[in-house]
Amino acid sequence: MNKDIPVNDEYEYGFYDENVDVFKTEKGINENVIREISKQKKEPEWMLEFRLKAYHHFINTPMPTWGADLSDINFDDFTYYIKSTKEQTSDWQEVDTTIKDTFDKLGLLEAEKEHLGGISTQYESEVVYHNMLKEVVEKGVIFLDTDSALREHPELFKKFFNTVVSYTDNKFAALNGAVWSGGSFIYVPKGVKLDKPLQSYFRINSEEMGQFERTLIIVDEGADVHYVEGCTAPVHSKDSLHAAVVEIIVLDGGRCRYSTVQNWSNNILNLVTKRALVKAHGSMEWIDGNIGSNITMKYPACILAGEYAKGTTISIAVASKNMYLDAGSKMIHLANNTSSNIVSKSIARNGGKVNYRGLVSIGEKAFNSKAKVECDTLILDDISTSDTIPNNIVKNNKSYIEHEATVSKVSEEQLFYLESRGLTTEQATEMIIMGFIEPFTRELPMEYAVELNQLIKMEMEGAIG
Amino acid sequence: MSTLKITDLHVSVENKMILKGINLEVKTSEIHALMGPNGNGKSTLLSAIMGHPKYKIEKGSIYLDDINILDLSVDERSKAGLFLGMQYPTEVSGVTNADFLRAAMNAHSDKPISLFKFIKQLDSEVEKLKMKPDLAHRYLNEGFSGGEKKRNEMLHMNLLKPKFALLDEIDSGLDVDALQIVSDAINEMRSDKFGAIIVSHYERLFDLVKPTHVHILVDGKIVKSGGYELVKKIDNEGYDWIREELHIDLKEEVGNYDK
Repeated sequence: MNKDIPVNDEYEYGFYDENVDVFKTEKGINENVIREISKQKKEPEWMLEFRLKAYHHFINTPMPTWGADLSDINFDDFTYYIKSTKEQTSDWQEVDTTIKDTFDKLGLLEAEKEHLGGISTQYESEVVYHNMLKEVVEKGVIFLDTDSALREHPELFKKFFNTVVSYTDNKFAALNGAVWSGGSFIYVPKGVKLDKPLQSYFRINSEEMGQFERTLIIVDEGADVHYVEGCTAPVHSKDSLHAAVVEIIVLDGGRCRYSTVQNWSNNILNLVTKRALVKAHGSMEWIDGNIGSNITMKYPACILAGEYAKGTTISIAVASKNMYLDAGSKMIHLANNTSSNIVSKSIARNGGKVNYRGLVSIGEKAFNSKAKVECDTLILDDISTSDTIPNNIVKNNKSYIEHEATVSKVSEEQLFYLESRGLTTEQATEMIIMGFIEPFTRELPMEYAVELNQLIKMEMEGAIG
Repeated sequence: MSTLKITDLHVSVENKMILKGINLEVKTSEIHALMGPNGNGKSTLLSAIMGHPKYKIEKGSIYLDDINILDLSVDERSKAGLFLGMQYPTEVSGVTNADFLRAAMNAHSDKPISLFKFIKQLDSEVEKLKMKPDLAHRYLNEGFSGGEKKRNEMLHMNLLKPKFALLDEIDSGLDVDALQIVSDAINEMRSDKFGAIIVSHYERLFDLVKPTHVHILVDGKIVKSGGYELVKKIDNEGYDWIREELHIDLKEEVGNYDK
């Protein structure tokens, strides 16, 4: 089949607002910038020291030489901290009107009212709006932006911060350590199970501004939480850098599900380190959708450190023109009877490049462990490409890894069948694509599944060749 | 009353001429049986009428009343009132049968069908076809048995209500009970607003769905037309008599073009 799939290069969420900044650091990164960020945030001394250590590690670490080509990044082109409102507020009416309009365009409040237990929105670098339903607070759950958590819960913060993703892990984790700002902090106490998801909406607005949020989630013994992170960013001519770090600790018998649909505009460099440490009988699930950005390198990971710990990643990546998505997952089995499952669905169209890159490692002492990897790729035309780069290692003879991979095109027979019942080529293609990613969509909360379907439909709109 | 008129149709596949001048006129209220040895172009004719991209029209015309079908895309042919019931319906993972059917019905109508109305119609047809209720909510044809796929094609036909159905070996792989159900489904469609071309090798289908016309297609041409008595003759004698009666060299099994 050689029908090209139509392109819609317009980015739907590409509106951007009048500048409402009140403070920003000078362009580029150096010790002064870092001291200034820390001073603005009125942080404790230990955090400034941490930032400086991370900064020195960052400048002494070379760029990664695998995956996407990052050699064009000039770190002096970005602004590392912008503070857009003076105070956080928990009353929507008090939020600056421009900011409110932006969120209204994204349809945020409706979603919140109807479905979500709590919401945290990040506009530029400071969280401007934060609200939680009463019942969540009453259960003793802490859901704050990360800056506030550092102020209000310093001991809990210090105990877990930097324990899962160390600043020495990679160059971009080091950069995040140096300039992090915002992100979500969640603590779910022992035995507390939340029925409704907690969610945060991130948004980058200023040209060339980096966004370096830092998320820390602690799920105590037997607790259960679903956190939903959504991202959109408006279109600008210059590239923006997004280097987030997400650290999750799931203690014995706890369960955490982290769902993301990122729809960064096509000039964003998205280099994210996401990792969870899972203790005995705990379960971590990454539901990870990537349908935007210029470059994405992201491999949500689970370290299965206790017996019977379970890790799951279900992901999609949709790469179009001028996009390079290098995504996958890592599962590190360190204890007996651990299990993991990776389902990866990739779509490449209109010259996009999408790779699955994964690591499954079952250690010497992780007996009776099992892992399953399934990665499927759908290539929609002859100019798009994909590679599957799995790395599967089993170091004991009582464990096993299953690996399945398929690469396919939308078949002429499928299109003909659907069209013969009255669907146009576009509708038929869209339906086949929706079917292909259905294993991902069905894991999302309803309103996100609807939004994702809308986004993909918009991607596919336009004249057909 | 509508007419599907095929004139001097020549069709090639990968530069090989398969149909070499088909003339056929089908009116609503008529059922035309299309018979003949395998590999002589029966399925090609049905797929070409529906617009399968593999088949190239070299010459000739197809009109549905005054609409030149050859000017239309596949979906437009469907919306104009044509339906192809396939010999090997394709599987589509992740798309439920019901979601697809609703999209198809919406494509055929000016305004979307309400969910309530859709489910009512769907349930009623599923029951008539004695299909397992969960088939409507499973992925399109995925894991369906051969017989379930055929019944599902009938389900689609009954809900889309075409003017002309092109049914390609819709009876293959059916047991006696299922054959009865599929035949009932076709007979129920019969009216002055519905016509069909049915390809089958077996008398047993045409016993249940009595054709008004019977054609024998050999080497890309209709070599003989008649009534129901032709079905009987073929069932008793096979196709050898054609060779003698018409002095045609019968080609055997050059392969099935549908596969």
